[in-house]
Amino acid sequence: MKKTKTVNQRIRSIDGKGIMMGRAAYTDDFAPKEALVIKVLRSPHAFARIKSIDKSKAEALPGVEIVLTHEDFPRNPFTRAGQGYPEPSPHDKYALDDHVRYVGDEVACVAAHDEETAEAALKLLEVDYEIKEPVLDFEKAKGHASIIHAEEGIHEMFPIGFEPEKNVAAAYHMEVDDVEKRLAESEVTVTSSFYTQAQSHTALEPHTVNARLDYQDRLVLYSATQTPFHVRRILSQALEIPLNKIRVIKPRVGGGFGGKQAIHGEMLAAMVTMKTKKPSRLTYTRKEVFEATYTRHPMRIDMRLGATKDGRITAIDCYGLSDTGAYGEHALTVFMVTGSKVLPLYNKVDAVRFHGDVVYTNRVSSGAYRGYGAIQGNYALESAIDMLAEKLGMDPVELRQKNMIAEGETSPIFEIMGEGTEGTAMNMETCKLDHCVKRGMELIGYKDKFPRREIGNNKLRSVGMAIAMQGSGIPYIDMGAATIKLNDDGFYNLLVGATDIGQGSDTILAQIAAEELGVDVEKVVVYSSDTDLTPFDAGAYASSTTYVSGNAVWKAAKTMKKRLIEEAARSLGVEVEDIDFRGTSFKSKKDGEELSLSDLSNTLFYNDDQKQLSVTESYYGTKSPPPFMAGFVEIEIDKETCEYEVVDYVSVVDCGVTINPKLAQGQVEGGIVQGLGMAMTEDVKIAANGKLVTADFLNYKIPTGKDIRKLTTEFAASYEESGPYGAKSVGEIGIDTPPAAIANAVYNALGVRIKSLPITPEKIQAARTEKD
Amino acid sequence: MNINGRKRIFDIRPDELLADTLRRHDYTSVRKGCDTTSCGVCTILIDDEPVPSCAYLTVRAEGKKITTVEGIAEEAERLAGCFGDEGADQCGFCNPGIALSVHALKLSAKAPTEENIRHYLVGHLCRCSGYQSQVKAIRRYLGDTT
Repeated sequence: MKKTKTVNQRIRSIDGKGIMMGRAAYTDDFAPKEALVIKVLRSPHAFARIKSIDKSKAEALPGVEIVLTHEDFPRNPFTRAGQGYPEPSPHDKYALDDHVRYVGDEVACVAAHDEETAEAALKLLEVDYEIKEPVLDFEKAKGHASIIHAEEGIHEMFPIGFEPEKNVAAAYHMEVDDVEKRLAESEVTVTSSFYTQAQSHTALEPHTVNARLDYQDRLVLYSATQTPFHVRRILSQALEIPLNKIRVIKPRVGGGFGGKQAIHGEMLAAMVTMKTKKPSRLTYTRKEVFEATYTRHPMRIDMRLGATKDGRITAIDCYGLSDTGAYGEHALTVFMVTGSKVLPLYNKVDAVRFHGDVVYTNRVSSGAYRGYGAIQGNYALESAIDMLAEKLGMDPVELRQKNMIAEGETSPIFEIMGEGTEGTAMNMETCKLDHCVKRGMELIGYKDKFPRREIGNNKLRSVGMAIAMQGSGIPYIDMGAATIKLNDDGFYNLLVGATDIGQGSDTILAQIAAEELGVDVEKVVVYSSDTDLTPFDAGAYASSTTYVSGNAVWKAAKTMKKRLIEEAARSLGVEVEDIDFRGTSFKSKKDGEELSLSDLSNTLFYNDDQKQLSVTESYYGTKSPPPFMAGFVEIEIDKETCEYEVVDYVSVVDCGVTINPKLAQGQVEGGIVQGLGMAMTEDVKIAANGKLVTADFLNYKIPTGKDIRKLTTEFAASYEESGPYGAKSVGEIGIDTPPAAIANAVYNALGVRIKSLPITPEKIQAARTEKD
Repeated sequence: MNINGRKRIFDIRPDELLADTLRRHDYTSVRKGCDTTSCGVCTILIDDEPVPSCAYLTVRAEGKKITTVEGIAEEAERLAGCFGDEGADQCGFCNPGIALSVHALKLSAKAPTEENIRHYLVGHLCRCSGYQSQVKAIRRYLGDTT
C-alpha cells in the first residue's frame, strides 16, 4: 500500500462543529415560514375501497388552502423505491388511490396555514369506505381470496415474477447442480425454518420535505432523501411535471438506513405547491414514520444443509417467503440479496438452490433497510451452520474455517444472481475472512469462554459467533459522478451527487480528493447534493458510496491533477514530464523554478490564457467486492429469568483500506447495535385488525446508551485493488451478524435454539419449557 | 423569557409547546423527533436542567432561563472536537441535545463516571453510533475541562 497523508488517517468530520452548534442544516430548517402545513388523512382500515370522500366541510374551514384526494392526481402507477431505472420493483403505487391497503395508507391530504388548522380539517373529511377482507398472515397470502392489487394499469418493468392476482409481487428461482440429489446423498443434514420480523429504521430525523416554486417557476424541493436524482425522476413520471422543471436539494440528512431511499411525502408536497403555487412542508410525526414509511421485510427462511461426516458442506437449499406488505418496493432485490450476499459464504458446495416468493399483505410496506435481505439470510444460515456443527460434533468455528470462502476464490452465485437481474462473475481479490475469524477468537477469548461459563449468582456467560459478507455497490447499474473545480487561491470545490446521510461520505470523499491532489482536506470544499448543481449519483444505498462514488472522486482528482500539470508546464515553459507535482506547488525538474498552486490558479482566473479548470468523472462498478466480517458476542444470561445482556461484541472487518478509520468504525458499530436491536428487542407489531401497536419509542424498543456494555472493533489489513486507495464499502456489513451470533450464544448457554427474531427472554423460557 | 442570556418576548398561543416556539424563532438546534419525550433531540436547559421542550408549554417558560446549544457555543465547539476525535458524529441530529445534557452533567456532578454518562445518554436516542464512541468522546471532553 502506498503511503498516504490524508487517506486512512483519523480526520475529524468536516461538518462536525457546525452540526454540534445546531446551525441550520436539515431539510426542515429550510422550510419557508409561510409554508402551508400538510397533514395526511390515513386509513383506519387494513384494506378498503374508498367509495367517496366529502371534502366540502374541510375545504370550508378558514385557513385551509387545499384538500387533495386521489381524484386530484394523474393516474400513473410508479414505485416509491429509489432505484436505478427501469426499476426491478413493480409499478403498483399511485400517489393517492381509491383503495387503501394498510392501516396508515394515505387517503387524502390537507394543506393549511398552520398545523392546528390542518389537523382540524382532517377531522372534517368524510370518507365512505367499503371494507374488504385484509390479508395479514404472509404465509397465507399467496392465492388468498382477497386480492390486494386488482387495479388496472399496474405492471412490472421487466420480468420479476409479478403475479398480483395471486398476491405475488415477485418470485425467484435458481439452482446450481442438483440440490435434492446432493442432499439425499449427504451423510449429515440439517433442516430448519427461521422467521425474521419487521424492523423499523427509526432515523432520528423524521421523514420531511418542503416545496416551493422559484422565480423561474420551477418546483424546488428540499428533501431528507438518500436518492435525490431518483426522487426527481419518479416525481416527474408520476406527476407529469417535465424533468427540467424539478430541482431536488438534499441538505444534511438526519439518518437514513434505507428508510429514506424511497419517496414518501414528496408526491403530496409537490402537488400541493404545484396546485396552490405556494410553498408547503410535510414533516411526518414519529407515529407516521412508524405507521406509514417502511419496515424491513419479514421473512420465513427454510434452510437445508447437507455435509459429509468429516464436515464438508456439500449442499445448501434455501427457500424464502418474504412479506413486502402493501406495495412491492424492493420486493425482488431484497429477496435476491438473501441468497446472493449470504450463500456464497460457503462456496465449496456441490449444489446450491435459492428460491421463493415475495408476497403482498395488508401491512405497512416493506422496503430498503441497511443490510437488506442479507441480515435475514445470515440469521438463518449462520444458525443452521451451528446446528450442523453440533450434529457433526465439530467446533462451529472449525466448521466455518473448513468451508468458508477465501481470497482468490469465487462462487457461481455471483454470476447468476444480481439485484433484480443477472449478476457479475468475480473473484475475491481481497477476502481476509480467515484473519477476521482468528483475530475475533483472540479478542473475545473464545478458547476459554466457548461454549459457556458459570459465573455464579445463577448466571452464565456464553459466546456465539457468525460470519458475514456484503457488497460494494451494484455493478453495471448504479453510477456515481464527481466534479472537481479549481478556485482562485488554489482550493477546490468537490461537487458530488453522492448523498451524505450522516455516514460521513462528504468527509471521506474530501479525503480521497485531498490525498490525490496533495492538499489538506480544508482545501476541498464538498457540496452534496442538488440535482441542479451536482453531477448524478444513484444515491446512498447498497454500500455504494465509498467504492462507487469514491472511485468517481478518485478519477476526477487524477484528471484534475493531469490538467494542473499541463497548465503548470505551459506556465513554466517546460514539458509536462518536467513537472514535479507537489500538491500546493509545481517544480520544474529542468531549472528548479517553482510555481505555487495559488499563483497558478490566480493566473488562470485573471491574467493569462484564462479558464476555469473543472473536471467531471463518472464510475460504475464492474464488480462488487464484498466486505467481510466475523462477529463474536459474549452474553451474560440469567438461568432462571433468561434475561440476558451483551457483555462485549467483537467485530473484525475486512473492508479494504479504511479511508477514515474512525468513521468506518462508526459505520460498523452503528450497524452492530442496530443488528443487536433486531436480534434482541425490536419488533414491529400489529393488532388483529392490522393496526400498528408499536407506534412510538415507548413500545418500539431500540437500544439505548445503557444497553450495550462494550463494542470491540478492528479492521483487517487489506487492500482492494479496484477500490479507491484500496477501499471497499462498509455501510452495511456491521448489521448482518448479531441475530445469528446472539442465537448461537443463547444456544451455547442454555441449549435452546430460538428460530424467530427477536430473541426475547419469553421465547427462551418457552423453548426451555418445550424442551423439558 | 431569557434565552441564551437575551430577553425575548413572543406572541404565543396558550397551548403552544416550547419546541415549536423556539423553532419558529430560528433556534434550529431544537428539533422534534418523537412527540413522546423519548428521543432527546428537543432537549433544552430550563434553569440549567435538561428538559424535553416538545412536552413543555411555552407559557410555563415565562421568566425562566432558557439555554439552547447556541447559548453554550464555546463548550459545544469543544465537545464537537471530541466527537470528531472519537468518530462519534454521524447524522448529528441528536448532537445539540447531547451537548446540553453533557453541559448539565458537568454542572451537576464533579467527576462523572462512565455509568453517569451512560445514564444521561439514555434520554438521547442515537440510531447511528452505537453509543460507545459518544461515551468516549464525552469522557474525553469532561477530562479536558473538569
